Amino acid sequence: MVIIVNGETKEVEDSIAVADLIISLGLKPERLAVEVNRAIIRRAAWSSALLAEGDRVEIVNFVGGGEIVMPQL
Amino acid sequence: MQIEERYSRQILFSGIGSDGQARIAASRAVIIGCGALGAIEAETLARAGVGRLTLVDRDFVEESNLQRQIMFEESDARNRLPKAIAAARRISRVNSSIEVEPVVEDVNFDNIEEIIRGADVVLDGTDNFETRFLINDACVRARVPWIYGAAVGSYGLTMTITPDEGPCLRCVLESLPEPGSGETCDTAGVIMPIISIIASIQSVEALKLMAAQKDKLHRSLVRVDVWDFSISRIDLSGIVDRSACVACGRREFEFLIGSARQVTTTLCGRNSVQIARSGRTKIDFTDLARRLKPLGKVEFNDFLLRFRVEDYDITVFRDARSIIRGTTDQAIARGLYARYIGA
Repeated sequence: MVIIVNGETKEVEDSIAVADLIISLGLKPERLAVEVNRAIIRRAAWSSALLAEGDRVEIVNFVGGGEIVMPQL
Repeated sequence: MQIEERYSRQILFSGIGSDGQARIAASRAVIIGCGALGAIEAETLARAGVGRLTLVDRDFVEESNLQRQIMFEESDARNRLPKAIAAARRISRVNSSIEVEPVVEDVNFDNIEEIIRGADVVLDGTDNFETRFLINDACVRARVPWIYGAAVGSYGLTMTITPDEGPCLRCVLESLPEPGSGETCDTAGVIMPIISIIASIQSVEALKLMAAQKDKLHRSLVRVDVWDFSISRIDLSGIVDRSACVACGRREFEFLIGSARQVTTTLCGRNSVQIARSGRTKIDFTDLARRLKPLGKVEFNDFLLRFRVEDYDITVFRDARSIIRGTTDQAIARGLYARYIGA
C-alpha cells in the first residue's frame, strides 16, 4: 500500500505498524514524535497503531541543538 | 530617547499597537542559554523593548562561537568572558532603557524554579534535552509559557508550550533520549541561517505572548530545513487529552527532584567535562590563585579563574563550578577537580 511520510509517497507493506515503519526507515525511536492524520501517536501505541492506505504520517526528529549530531530523516 | 519614537515602527504594526507595546514593556522574559539561538532571542526582545530580560548561561565565550553567536566579539573570546556577562553588556548597549540581568549559572533542579519565578515567558537557547525537560517541568509547574527551539546542521524545530492550554514538550517527546546513545557527541556543525529562523520564530511567539495575542500563536511543531528548503508545521491542536502526560497530565515533575550532589556532565564536541555542585558556595579567586600558582599557570578576572596544568585547562566559576578541558573522561575530571579545586 502507499502512504505519505513527511510529504513523500512511500510504498510499505499492508497494515504496517508505526513501530515497524520506524524500524524500516532505520530511525532511532528515542528522539521521534509521530503524527498520523494529524493526531500524535503516543509511544506506547506505536506497536499497535496500524497504518492504512493513504495515511499521512509525520515523523519529527527532535534535535538537541548545540553541536550534537542527530540522524536526519 | 522618546519611547514612542523608539518603538514607533513596532507600535504602527497593528498586531502590537501602543497597548501591546505597553504590555511588552511591563513583561519579563528569561532566556536560558546565550549561545546562537539565545543571542538572536535576546537581541530581538531587547530591541522590541521587553522591560526585563534575564540572560542565563553556564559557559564562557570561545573563538569558535563567533561564527554564529552574534552578541560576542573577539575581545570577549580573548578575555574568556562568561557568555551571560558578555551578552548583558552587549544588550545594555543595544537598549539602555530596559533592565538586563545576567546569571552565570548552570541551570539545574536546584535553581531553575528561582530563575523562572515571575517570568512572563521563558525562551530556550540551550543545547541539550536534559535542560529542556527541566525547563518543561518547572514551567508547567509554575504555569509559565516557554518556547522550545533547537537547530543542528541546516535543520531546526520549535514549539511553543502554554501550560494548561496545549501540549507540553513531554506530550510530544515522552522520554529523555538516552545519554551516550551513540551519536550524541560528534559534531554535525550548524549554519547560522537555520538558527536565525528558529530563534526568530521563538522571538515572535514571545512577543505575541507578552502582547496578549495568544490567539496568534502557531500552536504547532514547526520544522524547517534551510538546505533542502522544506518548511512544515505539525498541528498540535488535536492533542486535547493530556491526562497521560507525565508532566502536564499527571503533574509528576521528575526533573525537579534531585539531591545535593556533584553533577558531572561531558560537554559534547568540546573535549571537556563540567563539574557542578548544588548549594550556594562562593569561591575566593585570590585565595585559590595563590594556592594554585606554584602548580601551573593561573589567571583570573571578576567572573572566572583559569588554571592550566599538565595537558588540562581548568576554568572555575564563582559558584565553584568547573569546566575541565582536555578530557571527556568524567573520572579523570573528578580527580582533577578534587586535587586542585577541592572535593
